[in-house]
Amino acid sequence: MYSFYGTWSWYVSGLLIGVVMLLLIYFGKTFGMSSNLRTMCSAFGAGKNVAFFRFDWKSQRWNLVVVLGAMLGGYIATTYLSDGSGVNLNPQTVTELQQMHIDAPEGKLLPDALVGEEALQSPKMLAILLLGGLLVGFGTRYAGGCTSGHAITGLSNLQLPSLIAVIGFFIGGLIMSWLLLPLFFN
Amino acid sequence: MKFIKYLLVGLVFGIVLTKSEAVSWYRIYEMFHFQSFHMFGIIMTAVVVGVVGIQIIKRGKVKDITGQPINIPDKEKGFTNYIIGGILFGLGWGLVGTCPGPMYILIGAGFWGIGVVLLGALVGTYLYGVLKDKLPH
Repeated sequence: MYSFYGTWSWYVSGLLIGVVMLLLIYFGKTFGMSSNLRTMCSAFGAGKNVAFFRFDWKSQRWNLVVVLGAMLGGYIATTYLSDGSGVNLNPQTVTELQQMHIDAPEGKLLPDALVGEEALQSPKMLAILLLGGLLVGFGTRYAGGCTSGHAITGLSNLQLPSLIAVIGFFIGGLIMSWLLLPLFFN
Repeated sequence: MKFIKYLLVGLVFGIVLTKSEAVSWYRIYEMFHFQSFHMFGIIMTAVVVGVVGIQIIKRGKVKDITGQPINIPDKEKGFTNYIIGGILFGLGWGLVGTCPGPMYILIGAGFWGIGVVLLGALVGTYLYGVLKDKLPH
């Protein structure tokens, strides 16, 4: 089921993600991917109008370098470390997706129904992608962190606010995935 | 050259999230429908490693790479912002299947459509900055 060029196991993956977080702490930083969105807003000049973006964003350059590394990692993993055998879902999941006219993975990471060539020419799909991003960007800043900052770092540091945020992530995710998604994709 | 270690950490992060398929929309859907243990296993393992590591750091008074004492800031107390922000985040996560880390990783992997998600996330972050003082925290 698991192989180096296929799907990596959850235990090896989880271990390595934990190590990434601890390494950043050892470097005197904290693991948080959504902070980069605020940094980018500042770098694009958002501080001119909005106080929230008036901070020394250059002190966050290290985190943008992490982002650059992550992008490179995504490229290397898909280009050189994949044999196309991954993303083996629960057959029931595949059936459910079919009912929503979402294509089966067959080794792909993302459905064509979401980001395929045809989908990207549909105003409806572009609006869905934009809306999803909007909710993630707004929600993550309102909650003060995302999966890396709250679910991994915050829970590891036994922070109650992070537990509340993670419960929120799941409430929102469940509502979307069970109730709203079928409306969007029908 | 001091940035090279961050590049390497990011590189490992990007490879692991891609190869574990945590960046996959499919895996997020499967997680929210409790049809696979995979994503839960990843998060739980990372947190167990993190809890143990942070306890060792705190109890052993481990110094960081520059010799400074390590201080992991506590999150501010609160409820409203964490639950509402969390739910909004979850709605987006369940829809497009990408939290902030995977956005960059997927763009690096050549999924240009996710650029639209990143654009949305930047706009969302900006809107929060604009509305911050009017929102309950």
